[in-house]
Amino acid sequence: MAIADSSAAPGSTEHGVRRRDFIHIVSGGFVAAGAAAAAWPFISQMNPAADTRALSTVEVDLAPVASGQAIKVMWQGKPVFVRNRPEAEVKAMRAVSLSELRDPQKDEDRVQAGHDNWLVTLGVCTHLGCVPLGAAQGEPKGEYGGYFCPCHGSHYDASGRIRKGPAPKNLEVPTYAFKTPTAIVIG
Amino acid sequence: MGFHWAKKYEPQSGLEKWLDERLPIIRLVHDSVGAGYPAPKNLNYWWNFGSLAGLFLVVQIVTGIVLAMHYAANQAVAFDSVERIMRDVNFGWLIRYMHANGASFFFIVVYVHILRGLYYGSYKAPREMLWILGVVIYLLMMATGFMGYVLPWGQMSFWGAQVITGLFSAIPVVGDDIQTLLLGAPFVGNPALNKFFSLHYLLPFVIAGVVILHIWALHIPGSNNPLGIDVKGPADTVPFHPYYTAKDLMGVVAALIVFSIFVFFLPNALGHPDNYIPADPLSTPAHIVPEWYYWPFYAILRAFTYDFLGVPAKLWGVLAMFAAILLLFFLPWLDDSKTRSARFRPVYKQLFWLLVADLALLGYCGAAPAEEPYVRISQFAAAYYFIHFLILVPIVARLETPKPLPKSISEPVLPGAAAQPAE
Repeated sequence: MAIADSSAAPGSTEHGVRRRDFIHIVSGGFVAAGAAAAAWPFISQMNPAADTRALSTVEVDLAPVASGQAIKVMWQGKPVFVRNRPEAEVKAMRAVSLSELRDPQKDEDRVQAGHDNWLVTLGVCTHLGCVPLGAAQGEPKGEYGGYFCPCHGSHYDASGRIRKGPAPKNLEVPTYAFKTPTAIVIG
Repeated sequence: MGFHWAKKYEPQSGLEKWLDERLPIIRLVHDSVGAGYPAPKNLNYWWNFGSLAGLFLVVQIVTGIVLAMHYAANQAVAFDSVERIMRDVNFGWLIRYMHANGASFFFIVVYVHILRGLYYGSYKAPREMLWILGVVIYLLMMATGFMGYVLPWGQMSFWGAQVITGLFSAIPVVGDDIQTLLLGAPFVGNPALNKFFSLHYLLPFVIAGVVILHIWALHIPGSNNPLGIDVKGPADTVPFHPYYTAKDLMGVVAALIVFSIFVFFLPNALGHPDNYIPADPLSTPAHIVPEWYYWPFYAILRAFTYDFLGVPAKLWGVLAMFAAILLLFFLPWLDDSKTRSARFRPVYKQLFWLLVADLALLGYCGAAPAEEPYVRISQFAAAYYFIHFLILVPIVARLETPKPLPKSISEPVLPGAAAQPAE
């Protein structure tokens, strides 16, 4: 809508801006805001519902897990490996030089101080999301004595760090806290 | 489609020209709801209800698809999954209340749309197919609405399914087998719930398909108008866009305001509280009623309490209820008055308002318990419904002397022309 002579156009200012232009912009903006507000609930409903979000924490009793054993628990629909590592295994892990690691991280940074034997990681391979073996008795633990993902052959060590295979990162350590010396709350 | 003075679509840019030669979709929009579709210039606000029906069809499909993402069609969990939508799903309460009230609003605007057609004679030649497709849409809406009401698996859902499928058991000889076929079991249970969910998801798209045919059929002769006379020339029309797009949008804003009042402040006003009680096959609610939009036909169903002419009362009721809707298919031929608009038909106009009052009375009785005096009132009101369409309308069409029609749509509104005839 070009205006040939702005000073002659009704309702126009000396800058050539008409009142109608202003109305167009304001009403267009109002419609856009209204459309966004109307779309919001329809997009938001796809996010986790309140009952799904309520699954966000899980309490795990560690007392039955003997040294050298591991258990799998479900947290937010995903497996979590809780591993009670023998003294020697912890020592071996702390002896590993960071330069050997694909995703360099100290064992001390992957456990909680004072509870160094407890390794808590997600049981989700960082390659494409399979569940690695090695938590249950009799499962292969891979070449580095931790976990082994059978899908594409990723080997994790006893600190859950990636050592060999296609996975790019160490097994993720979820947020957790010791509620008592023998119980943790994940999430 | 359209009149010869319709503005032709001319691609403005190279891209539009390129697209127009391959997929003339902009041309289609231009010719059907754009500047290239001339519409009578005297359409009043009663003509808004067609586009409003389209609006609520879209509301129902969009909210319905979302609800189906969270709903579980199994009798063990259906009720709980609806409560989960209400309490846990983000904005689930809003989307479900939009869907529940959207159904009522869809019927409200469609009822106004139908009554507008009755008043202004929009069902008459050359718009018979348009009218028939409209009745098809209405029947599909009733089926869809009924099956949707079953899904929450509350008491009214369950017993509504029982009663409505029970209608088919009135058919002689094969009735019980048909009811069993519909339910997929000799009782209302999971097979019926699953089937109704599948069909409730399917039918709205069938409705959308018939709506396209309905609009196509509309575009052949073009819209009727409050005077009910044919468009004579360019002076009688305005381009659909921007005149009626703007007017329709005005109606959309008004409708959404009223809709919002219900969704946010009266979300359960149009529903029945018993449907918040989980379905119980061992206990029928004391007073079972369908949704309000079925009340007039429910009253006709219940009006038959005697066996006569060798036909049981149950079958009479079912036949009458279906006949009440199906006779609308024949209305274009029952009323062969050449004058369309009730503005120029003094007797028909009174009959129209009597019919509206009769439908209101039937609706009132349909919501009331099946006891006196409502049964007796329903009987007279149901009888009048059929007398209106089958006797009074055909007779009045032959005997009534219409008022003189204006020469054209533009004549009564242009200065110096004869004054518009009084209402």
